[in-house]
Amino acid sequence: MRAEKIHLDGNAAGGVLRDVFAHEMTAALATCGGCGAVGPVGALLEYGQPMGIVLRCPTCDTAVLRIVRTPSLLRLDLSGLRLLTIPA
Amino acid sequence: MAIPDATAGRLEWRVATVVDVRDETPRARTLVLDVPQWPGHRPGQHVDVRLVAEDGYQAQRSYSIASPPEDRGVALTVERLDDGEVSPYLVGELRRGDGLEIRGPIGGYFVWDVALGGPLLLVAGGSGIVPLMAMLRRHARADASARAAVPVRLLYSARTPADVIYAAELERLADPPAVEVVLTFTREAPVTWTGYRRRIDRAMLEAVIWPPSAEPHAYVCGPTVFVESVASLLVELGHAASRVRTERFGATG
Repeated sequence: MRAEKIHLDGNAAGGVLRDVFAHEMTAALATCGGCGAVGPVGALLEYGQPMGIVLRCPTCDTAVLRIVRTPSLLRLDLSGLRLLTIPA
Repeated sequence: MAIPDATAGRLEWRVATVVDVRDETPRARTLVLDVPQWPGHRPGQHVDVRLVAEDGYQAQRSYSIASPPEDRGVALTVERLDDGEVSPYLVGELRRGDGLEIRGPIGGYFVWDVALGGPLLLVAGGSGIVPLMAMLRRHARADASARAAVPVRLLYSARTPADVIYAAELERLADPPAVEVVLTFTREAPVTWTGYRRRIDRAMLEAVIWPPSAEPHAYVCGPTVFVESVASLLVELGHAASRVRTERFGATG
């Protein structure tokens, strides 16, 4: 079984997030759409998958950000994210 | 330093050149890279490294920067994971003069610089020492008044003395009480070793670190289980979660 396996955290997603956002994102504050917990993107838990990553809330496990990348597209699922606050 | 360039916009892949390699332990090697148009970095940041096979297959990993911003060249220290896709190549095959595709610097959360102040508490598990070493080296190169304003304590958990990365330099940098380096060995220690020989636990943290009233900035880096355990203990001991920054090193190879 290829279960989602935790290995890293949101720090490691900083590079791919820069493909999407114009700013450094690991210090941005994410408000979880599941439980409302607020914390830096760098402190979200990263579950790696062959084609992308899932960043989960360390408090309630909601998938806050999902990024899927193929040679032809990049998909960002933000349905678990209530608010993103990016330091200037 | 060109911070605006380093923090906004898309990161381009660049081909860095390996200008030096240093074996740190039997399993860890430092690669010093010359990176064209490197914008400068902050201690704690990392780079993404990309290897592309002839058939187009790509493997990408993140590696922490070990060198302080003052150094020429960007040093990465990589630990070999025997069943990994990337680290065996970086540790075993890459030679001086070879090229390596990287992008960075990356990261704005797990970073420390002199301006943030102290006290600075660094807790490392295994190769989690690497980004913390950039902080320690930055601190060592700061001017005397900045150094005096920021006492540092490093608690470093390694399996055996042979697994300690930067051992000689850590010995040199230790200068108590301004810079304290405390090692603990979890698997094997010489009979003459009088220090800790167990995993980091609550009693060890209480003995080694500052009380919450000192409001240290804590940086915890290591394998996931290590990081979760130490970060939880710090919060249990009364340290504000917002002052405990974490970075997990995964065995992704």
